Amino acid sequence: MNWMKYRIIYLIISMVFLSFGIYSLLNWKLNLGIDFSGGVVAEYKLPSGEIKNYRYPAKSDEEVAKIRAELKKDGEELKFETVGPSIGPELIKKTVYALGISALLILIWVTIQFKSIKFGVSAILAMLHDTLMLIGGFSILGHFFGAEIDFLFVTAALTILSFSVHDTIVVFDRIREKQKKEGGELINVVNSAITETMNRSLNNSFTIIFMLLSLVLLGGDTIRWFAIALLIGTISGTYSSPFVAVPLLITWERLEKKFKKSKY
Amino acid sequence: MKKNLLVKIFFIFILAAIAAFISSPWSKYRLKLGLDLSGGSRLTYDVDTSNLNDSDREKAISSLRNVLERRVNLFGVSEPNVLTSTFEGKNRVIIELPGVNNPQEAAALLGKTAQLVFSEVKQDPANGSATPSASLVPTNLTGADLKSADVVFDQNTGKPSVSIQFNEEGSKKFEEITGKNINQPLAIVLDQNMVSAPIVQEKIVGGKAQISGTFTLDEAKNLEIQLNAGALPVPIKLVEERSVGATLGADSIEKSIKAGFVGIIMVALFMILVYRKNGLIAVVALLIFGILTLAVYKLIPVVLTLPGIAGFLLSVGMAVDSNILIFERLKEEIKKRPIADALEVAFGRAWDSIRDANIATLVTAFILANPLDWGFLHTSGPVRGFAITLALGIGISLFTGVVVSRNLMRLLVNERRIKT
Repeated sequence: MNWMKYRIIYLIISMVFLSFGIYSLLNWKLNLGIDFSGGVVAEYKLPSGEIKNYRYPAKSDEEVAKIRAELKKDGEELKFETVGPSIGPELIKKTVYALGISALLILIWVTIQFKSIKFGVSAILAMLHDTLMLIGGFSILGHFFGAEIDFLFVTAALTILSFSVHDTIVVFDRIREKQKKEGGELINVVNSAITETMNRSLNNSFTIIFMLLSLVLLGGDTIRWFAIALLIGTISGTYSSPFVAVPLLITWERLEKKFKKSKY
Repeated sequence: MKKNLLVKIFFIFILAAIAAFISSPWSKYRLKLGLDLSGGSRLTYDVDTSNLNDSDREKAISSLRNVLERRVNLFGVSEPNVLTSTFEGKNRVIIELPGVNNPQEAAALLGKTAQLVFSEVKQDPANGSATPSASLVPTNLTGADLKSADVVFDQNTGKPSVSIQFNEEGSKKFEEITGKNINQPLAIVLDQNMVSAPIVQEKIVGGKAQISGTFTLDEAKNLEIQLNAGALPVPIKLVEERSVGATLGADSIEKSIKAGFVGIIMVALFMILVYRKNGLIAVVALLIFGILTLAVYKLIPVVLTLPGIAGFLLSVGMAVDSNILIFERLKEEIKKRPIADALEVAFGRAWDSIRDANIATLVTAFILANPLDWGFLHTSGPVRGFAITLALGIGISLFTGVVVSRNLMRLLVNERRIKT
C-alpha cells in the first residue's frame, strides 16, 4: 500500500488537532492544579456518607489551620493538601530538565542505533507532536470539564514521551532492516515497512488502551485524569509513528536530495 | 536439544513457583504501601539558611535532619522517612509520616525551633518612671545543656509542666547562675518568648529544674519531645502538606485492583481471540510476569504508590507488546520457511525492535526515577514511584516476553512436529 502518497492528508489531520490545542492553550491556558498554583485541596466525608471537596487559593498557615478546624467539625478528613506558592515553579523547572535530558538521550540513542541523525530528529519531532497534542488536549479538557494539570499529569506526559519513541523505533527498525536487505527507493521501503508493522502497532495500542480504559472507568477519581492523559498520549503516539515520524523522514530525504542536486 | 528445552521450561516453572510463593499473601514478605495508599502525611519544609555560609549550611542541614528524625521517632511514628533536597540553592526537608491521623499536631511539633535559653533579668535603675523596666540578658545555659526532659504535674497547681535535668556541664552552669541570682527572677525563654520567670530561692545543686507555664497537656508533651530531641539548628517553615486518610487509601487500592483485574482479563481475551494458541502462551507469559513482578516488589521492597500501580499496569501493556511483535513476525516468517525455523528467525528479528524500543523507555524511566539523586530532578514523590515500577516492569517483561514465551513456543512446535 502506498501510504506515503497521502502524506499531505496526515499533515492536515495533525495540523487540525494541533491548532485546536494551540488555540485552546492561547485562549484558555492550562487549568493548573494546586501542585502548580499553590493552595488548599480537601476532601471530607460527611456523616450522611456524602463526600465533599473543597478548594481554596494559597493562604497563610493560621487561615489554613482555621479552615481545617472548621471542616473537621463537619466530617471525617479523607484528604488534606496544602501547597505553598514556591513549590510550583520548582516542579516546572525540574520537569523541563527531565524532559530535556530524556529527549537528548533518546536522540543520541536513536541516532547511534540508526546511524543517521535523520531518524533521531524525526523521532523527537513526532514525540514533541504527541506532547503538544496531550498538553493542548488537556487545555481543552480543562476548559470544558475541569481537568487539572498536576503532578500526575507531568508523569503521564513523560511516559507518553517514552511510549511515542518506543512505537516509532519499531517502525524505524523495520525500515532499517528492509533497507539493508532489499534496498531500493526509500519511499517503497517505507511503504512496505508501515504495512508490515501496522498490525502490531494497532494490536499493541489496543492492549494498552484496554488497560487504560478500565482505569478510567473503574480506577477511581484520583487517577482518572491521569489515565485519560495516558490514553490521549497512547492514541497520538500510535498515530504519530507512521503518520508523522515517517513522513518527516521522507521529506527530509527529499529535501536533502534536492539540495544536493542544486549544488552540482 | 529437546532435553535441554525441557530443562529450561522446568527452571522457568520452578522460578514461577518460588515467585508465586513469595507473592502470595501467606508468605512473610509484605507489600510496602506508599502514603497515598496506606494513609499518612507528607510534610515539606523550607529551610532558612540565609544567615549561614556554605560550610555551615551543610553541617546545619545534616544536624537538622538528625533532630527532626529524633523528634519523629519520639512522636511515635513507625517507619518515618526524613529526606533533604537542594534545588537551586533552596534547601528543603521532606518528612513522610505513615499512618499519622493528626498531621496538624505533627506539623506543629516538627516545625517549632524549640530554642531554650535561661536569661537573667536585669532591673534597670528606676530613673523617674513609675514602672521599673527590666531587660533579659541571656546566659550561656541553653537547651543544649539538657540531659532529659519529662512531663510532670506541678505539685502545687496540678498543671502539666516540664521537668528538666541538666547534664554535668549544664548543672555546673545552673549552680553558678542560680548562685548569682538569689532572690532574683531567672527567665526561661523558649523561641524568644518568655515562658516563666521564677524567683531563685537558693543556689540549686544537682541540675534539676521545672518549667511551669500555662501549658495544656499536649503542649507540655510536645515540649518534652522537642527538648529531648534538641533544638533545630536553623528555622524551618512548612510549605507543603499532603495528608491522606486511611479510608481513602483503602478505597484507592480496592478500585485500582478492580480496574487492573478487568484490564488484564480484557488484554488476555484480546490476545487469545487474535492469536489463538499463541495468544494463550502470551497469557501464560503474562501471568508469570504478574507473579514475578509482585515478588520483586516485595523483595526489593518497592514502595507502591497509586502512580506506581498505574506504572505497573502500563508495563503490562508493554509486556504484551513483545509477544505481539514476535507473533506478527512469526506470521510473516511462517510463509517463507518451516515452522521451527520460522520461530527462531521471528524471535531473532523481533528482538532488535524489542531491545531498541525498550532501551528508549528505560532511558526515560531512569531519568524519572533519578537513582543518583541529582538535585535538579525529582528526588522523591509520585514521579519516582511511577518510574521505578515502570522500569522494573520493562526489565521483567523482557524476560517473560522473550525467554519464557520463546521456550513455551518451542515446546509447542516440538509437540506438533512429533504428532505429524
